[in-house]
Parts: sequence; C-alpha cells; structure tokens
Amino acid sequence: MTDLDLIRNFSIVAHIDHGKSTLADRLIQLTGTVAERDMQAQLLDSMDIERERGITIKANTVRIEYPAKDGKTYVLNLIDTPGHVDFAYEVSRSMQAVEGSLLVVDASQGVEAQTLANVYQAIDADHEIVPVLNKVDLPAAEPERVAEQIEDVIGIDASDAVLISAKTGIGIPEVLEAIVTRLPAPKGDRDAPLKAMLVDSYYDAYLGVVVIIRVIDGVIRKGDRIKMMKTGGRYPVDRLGVFRPKMQDIKELGPGEIGFLTASIKQVRDTRVGDTITHEKGGTDTALPGFKPAQPVVFCGLFPVDSAEFEDLRDAIEKLALNDASFSFEMETSAALGFGFRCGFLGLLHLEVIRDRIEREYDIELITTAPSVVYHVHMKDGTVQELHNPADMPDLTYVDHIEEPRIKATILVPDDYLGDVLKLCQDRRGIQLDLTYAGSRAMVVYDLPLNEVVFDFYDRLKSVTKGYASFDYQMEGYRQDHLVKMSVLVNEEPVDALSMMVHRDRAEQRGRAMCEKLKELIPRHMFKIPIQAAIGGRVIARETLSAMRKDVTAKCYGGDATRKRKLLDKQKAGKKKMRQFGKVEIPQSAFINALKMDS
Amino acid sequence: MESDDWQQGGFGLYLHWPYCLAKCPYCDFNSHVASQVDQSRWKTAYLSEVRRYGDLTQGRTLDTVFFGGGTPSLMDPELVHAVLEEIRATWPQSNTFEVTLEANPTSVEAGRFAGFRDAGVNRISMGIQALNDDDLKRLGRMHSAKEGREAFDIARKLFARVSFDLIYARQHQTPQDWAEELKQALSMAIDHLSLYQLTIEEGTAFGDRYAIGRLPGLPTDDHAADMYDITQEITEAAGMPAYEISNHARDMAESRHNLIYWRYGDYIGIGPGAHGRLTLNGTRYATETPLTPTTWLTQVETQGLGESVRDPISPMDQATEYLMMSLRLSEGSSLVRFNDLSGVELPRDRRERLQDMGFLTENANKIRATKAGRPILNSLLRELLS
Repeated sequence: MTDLDLIRNFSIVAHIDHGKSTLADRLIQLTGTVAERDMQAQLLDSMDIERERGITIKANTVRIEYPAKDGKTYVLNLIDTPGHVDFAYEVSRSMQAVEGSLLVVDASQGVEAQTLANVYQAIDADHEIVPVLNKVDLPAAEPERVAEQIEDVIGIDASDAVLISAKTGIGIPEVLEAIVTRLPAPKGDRDAPLKAMLVDSYYDAYLGVVVIIRVIDGVIRKGDRIKMMKTGGRYPVDRLGVFRPKMQDIKELGPGEIGFLTASIKQVRDTRVGDTITHEKGGTDTALPGFKPAQPVVFCGLFPVDSAEFEDLRDAIEKLALNDASFSFEMETSAALGFGFRCGFLGLLHLEVIRDRIEREYDIELITTAPSVVYHVHMKDGTVQELHNPADMPDLTYVDHIEEPRIKATILVPDDYLGDVLKLCQDRRGIQLDLTYAGSRAMVVYDLPLNEVVFDFYDRLKSVTKGYASFDYQMEGYRQDHLVKMSVLVNEEPVDALSMMVHRDRAEQRGRAMCEKLKELIPRHMFKIPIQAAIGGRVIARETLSAMRKDVTAKCYGGDATRKRKLLDKQKAGKKKMRQFGKVEIPQSAFINALKMDS
Repeated sequence: MESDDWQQGGFGLYLHWPYCLAKCPYCDFNSHVASQVDQSRWKTAYLSEVRRYGDLTQGRTLDTVFFGGGTPSLMDPELVHAVLEEIRATWPQSNTFEVTLEANPTSVEAGRFAGFRDAGVNRISMGIQALNDDDLKRLGRMHSAKEGREAFDIARKLFARVSFDLIYARQHQTPQDWAEELKQALSMAIDHLSLYQLTIEEGTAFGDRYAIGRLPGLPTDDHAADMYDITQEITEAAGMPAYEISNHARDMAESRHNLIYWRYGDYIGIGPGAHGRLTLNGTRYATETPLTPTTWLTQVETQGLGESVRDPISPMDQATEYLMMSLRLSEGSSLVRFNDLSGVELPRDRRERLQDMGFLTENANKIRATKAGRPILNSLLRELLS
C-alpha cells in the first residue's frame, strides 16, 4: 500500500524501432529492479513473435522503485501498451489506467503515423505528456528539428523535451526525474467501494489466467471475493501481486496502484479488457466508462494444407481462442479447400500473429484465404445480415443494398513519394480528407474502404515509398456503396475460395488482374483452361491458359530408368500440394498469391 | 511369370568409358577429363567384370553390346578388341548381335574406326550434334562441321550401320534454321538419327549459366514444341519416322541395344556409373556402380566387384519403369505386361480419359501415345500412374 503522492503511472508512446523497449529496459535496469545477470533485451515482450517483430501485443506492466532527488522513494508503474491499430481498444484501456505518457521519438527519424495515433490516445486520456528524443548520440540526430515537428504536428510543447540515448544510457536519470516531477500523481479514495479496471489478461500454464488491474478506488486484498461487472463472473482472489518485472506477491493493492491478480479463472475468454472489478459484497454500482466488447473486423478462412490435420487445427484454434477473447472462429467447408475455419480478427496484424502462432507453435501448415471485411447486407425485408465470407452472399433479388466499413487512414511520407501514395489511395477508392506538410514530409489523411486495405495495401505502400511511409488508421463506421460479389471460374467450375466482394466500378479491373494472375499461377495442363471472372452469370473478364505442348524427356536410356522413376514418384507426391477442381489442379499457393494485386 | 519378363525385351551389355577430351557444357553424363589414362588397367578391370557377370548369367544369349561414355572412341582399338573377345567367349550371341560404339567425329578418332571394326564393332553412333561451326562452338564441341561430315563418310564406308546425334532447340535457332539443317542431315546416307531437344540440366555449365540468366536465345516452350512437330513431319516425309521420342530409323535400322532399355529387357552395366537391370533367380534387380572412375577401378581391382548397389525392384516399380520406357516407343506398351508385372490393371478410367483427349490409343491390349500425346509424354505418365 503506497501513498498516492508517491505513485506515478505512465506509458510509453513510440513508433516501432524508436526505442520504446530499450528505454523500458534502461529504466528497469537503472533502478535495480532486475539483477544485472537477469537482463535480456526487451524484458517486457514475452512472446517470440513480439520479440521478433518488435511489437507488443499484450499489455505488460512493471513496478519500479525510484529514490528521487527530493529524498523520497517513488513507485513508478509502467504499462507497456500494444502499439498497433489492431489493438486500439486495448491501448485506450491501458491509457486510461495511467496518468501520463513518455512520448519517445527518434531524433533522426521524427514523428511517424503510428506515433500520432497513439499519442492522440494519450491526449484523449488527458495525459500529461513528456516528450523524449531518443538516439541523440547518432550523427543524423536533429533534436531541434524533431522537437519543432512535435510541436507542429502534435501540438504539444516540446521545448523541455528530454534528450536521451536509450542504447548508451544518456539521459535516463533525467527521464526518471521528469516522471516524478512532471507527471501527476493518481487520485483515488481508499475508503470508497472497490473499483478496479481490468487492463489486460493472459494465460499462464501454471497460474491460469493472470489479470492485470489498476485500482481506482478502494482496496483489494488476497482472499477477497470479487466480481466482474460486465461478465458477471465471481471469484475469490487467490494471489495478488506486482511485476518487478517478475511476479512478487503483495498483501493488498490500493488506489492508484497497478498489479495483478489470479482467481481460478480458467479462460482468458472469461475476462474482458476494460471491465470493472469490484467486491462481490459491498461493491460499487457504477462501472467504469468506455467498456467495449471485442469486435472482429477482418475475417479469413484458415485451412490445413494437409486435410488430415483438420483436428489438430481445431485443437490449436480452440487453445489460442482460450487466451484471446477478440479472436472468433467457426467451422467452414470449402469445395476448394475442404474443412477449415472462418476466423475473425481485430485487424491484419492480429490475423498474422494468430496464423504465425498456429504454424509455429502447433506446426500446422495453413492455407489462408483472402481476408474479408464485414459487410452489412440490408435485405429487402428490412433485416440486416453481417457478411463475413463472400461465399455466403445472399441471392441479390432479396438484397436492398450493401454497406462496407470505412477507415480514416493517416500516412506520413517524404515529399518525393507523395505522388505515388496519392495515386495508391486514389486507386483504392480513397477520398482525400487532408494534406499537410511537416518539414519535408507530407501528412495525408484519407477516407478509405477497409476492404481495399486489408489485403496488400500496406505492402504496396511500403513498396511505392521504399519503406519510408508510415501508416495508421482508425475505423470510421459503415457506408453504402455499389458492391458486388465477383466469382472466379476455372475451366467453367466456380472456385469458392477465390470469390470476393468488389466495388462495381473496379470489378472489371480486378477481374482482369485476377484472371491474368491465375494464368501465371496455374501450371499448364494437357488441355486449355478458360479462366473467368463473373458477376452473377455475367462474365466480366476472361483469359485462356493454353494447353501444355511440351513435357517429355529428350533422352531416356538404361542409366536413366531409376532417376526418372524417382522423379515421377516425386511429381506424384507434388500433386498433393495441388487442389483438384474438376479436372484442373491448382497449386495451394495460388489462392493467396492470386489476390496480391500489383496496383 | 515375373521371372522371365526380361526375355520380352532382350539381353544386352552396356560398358561405360568415362573419359572425354573436354566436358561439353550441356552434358550431364558421367564423364571426366584426365590427362593420362592407363588403358591396360581398365582392360583388366573390364575383363574381370565381364567374367563375373558371365558367371551370374550362364546359359543366356547376348543380343547387344554398347560402348558408351564419355567418349569411347578414345579407347584403344586393342582394348575394345580384348573386351569384345572376352564377351564373345562368355556368352553365345544372337544372330542379330549388335555392337555399337559411340564416337566423336574428330579426325583423330575417325583414324581408329577401322581398328574398331576389326575388333568387332558393327555400329557407330556419332556425336555430330550440329552441322554448322557457330553452333558447334557454342555447344563446346571440338570438331568442325567439315570434320563431322568427313568422319561420317569414313564411318559410312566401314560400318553397315551408322547413326548420328543432332541437338536442336539450341540458342538463337529458329524453326526454319532447324528444318534446313535436318534436311541436310537426311540427305546424308543415313539410316538412323537421334534428334535431341537441348535440355538444360542442373550441374552442367549450361545449367549454371541458365540459372544466372546468361544463356540467352533459347526457344520458348511453344517454339520448342513447334520444332518437335517440324522434326516429326520432315523425318516422316524422308522415310525415317520416330520409333522412339528422339530416335528415328529406317525399317530394321533401329538401335537394338536401346530397344532393350525401352522394351524393359535385362542389361548388364559395366564401368563407373553404369546402371543395370538384371533378373537373377526370378528377382529383378537394379544395379549401380561407383560414379568416380578411379573408385570403380580400385574397387574392381581390390574386391573383384564393380557393383555398389544391387536393389530388388518392387513389382509396382517394375511396372512403372516398363510403362515409362515402353510408352516412348511408337510400338507402345502391353497392358498385359503391365498387369503381370504390377499385379494391377493400369486404371481404365485414366486410359479412357486420355483416349478421349486424343493423347492415347488402345488396340489389342496395347496402348500407344499418339502424335499429340508424345510431346507431353511425362504428363501422360503422371496421369496414368498417379
């Protein structure tokens, strides 16, 4: 139990690679929270994928004790928030749990789009923000210019920004001092009924579900019976503690404190980020504001390459879902791909993370179908259907109109590439909302349909800007548009896994591109194969894959028999990597590659 | 009966001479360049292997011998003589006993032709490859077009049966160029031609150059297919249709030795890297020998055994090999033999489908690849066998 005045809670806002994790490591190290021998790079990112990609998916907290220059010892609680738009809601909850933020900006790179999105979250949460310019030891560092940019673009005072090098340790004591002197202490009433925010939760093989909480009012103790106000779950608190960054038990947590509890909760699914935790008896009646249930926005099919692994895939998905309430799934059957699952994700990164984990941790090779957004199909009878899979598109005669999700995308790009970026956004049916300059970089804001972004927008953006653009977005609601389902027919057979929703005006172009792509991706057969794109019964694009004309070994004598037979066996085995559609064999890789558009 | 299935293909002996003066950039055969070769050591080893196989196959009649390589025309005629003498002493020979030797058409080698004939060689297969000097240089050949023709004339006078190889679908070769060249070849007094489409093989100089994009001007698949079609038309018109995918002959002038491979007979393989198919006590074996010349030589010298592998071939693998080899022939494959070898029928629905598509014909229990089917034979085989 710590005096409120001696607590400072903060998060770190930064773009990938701008040094958030390194700074966190330094703070932990300098305050002696971790013994030198236990130091490893990026202490807080615990998953392999987090470390590899340099991203944070789950919120982490660490409690640091810092003896300040004023002679008092402060408790600093750092929440390391997820940094990606897919987890925008989780970020917003983490932000609500602290009173201030360090805004870390690379002193040579400047502000990036992702920094913006997160710093606005911090501003929304009424944070006191301390700008920190990192990597000032690099020759390319321009702290003054970047400070100016922070003031221009974000609109906060950066005149007393702290200059640091997280790598070498320059300026770290000043950061600690700034946290104590410039960030406000939390407020709260120790005698009020318990009110704590569920910041995040994760599954631990030994402890079960571990819940990260921030106490707002009241006191929580080991053995208390608590209830979750949204889910209604009631549990006895088994264990209460703080992260330093290893778990350390504690008797109680009071107002302003951040820690964890375990309470025999079996699944992460039973917890909801943003939920209010109170005592079962004598608890508060008013929940914390801002709670939102998780809502998948991107859907795709996951199928095992080897259909014999379907049950293994089911197992893997169910296990992952236990630890991730935001991930949804249901069984799906595809004529093309057999049995699999239609899964819903918070965004593309979330999709990739889950897919990688299934492939890596469960060793199942997957076919991923094209990601689709959720369309609202307004029927003539006045009902609204949510469409997660183009294959489920209802008969058009019953459809009144279709709405699609839109996003507000913010892109920061060096001047030289601006033209390419504008063209890309325009090609993807974007509507320009804003275009401003900050130094030699332009900031463009576009209203874009999410379905134009989900597949390869980010890849294209990186490629046209040689990696110099940064991109972030937020959901902007639904809007009606002229959307149609485009089906693809290979040798007159519809291939369900390739059908997609497209804007009517873009259908011919997409259809042509798709047919051309498939013509490259499908190997020649013994017969010619028409490849068509169609809307309803009307063909809008067509290519013909001509028949194979030459496939014979020129020399085959006594010494070749063994080798050629083995080659034939290998080719027969290779056929298993193909999916059969009527008479045509399509390589599995074609399903995902066919959707990568070149423009 | 499985035990004597090989008799439907015949019985031959292949002998590998691994050395060449230089390695051709397209060649993926087991060939080596050595500054000095002790031909007497090789003689002893070859003779020892001939005797060993003689013991294993007593009572058989030998149909053919083939000296392949490498460049067997670099062998001393005396060495060829000694080997053939041993062979004749070991097996009785059939009435149509054929002894082929592969030769390069340089003047030096042509000078040995008479010696080869006296040793008992009765058929020469010449690696002429092209009839113009530019292409010969590109193919890394050491003879000129003129030398090639002269060597051919010498061979023609000495041997009743002469064949030569040409490589087509070469760099920068148009279908018209090839048609001209082929017609020239046919105007020579020839009764057997092997016409190979240039294949870029991994592990060759061409393969390496191709991989880094330094082998320009190769025809597209469609162009190569056109050239294949032209080849068929021209040779048919000249009375030398293909009796095998890449081999053309006048009636009765086919390579008897190679027919043993394609008809899935038995053949002994002697020399480094030589493969064999040999039925012993009712079991058909695949035999192999060490690839490296000196390894093979030393092994024969020290252990009296050139083989490094002798694996029984499963019934299905035998049937697969039979179909794979025999469907290359215009005479086709026997469904009865396939059935006898594998114990199962070659799937009827697959056969019918390929017939409907015009790639296969079936008659009196034999299947044949049609004119349309032959250029895509590998696909046909995959379809039939998977």
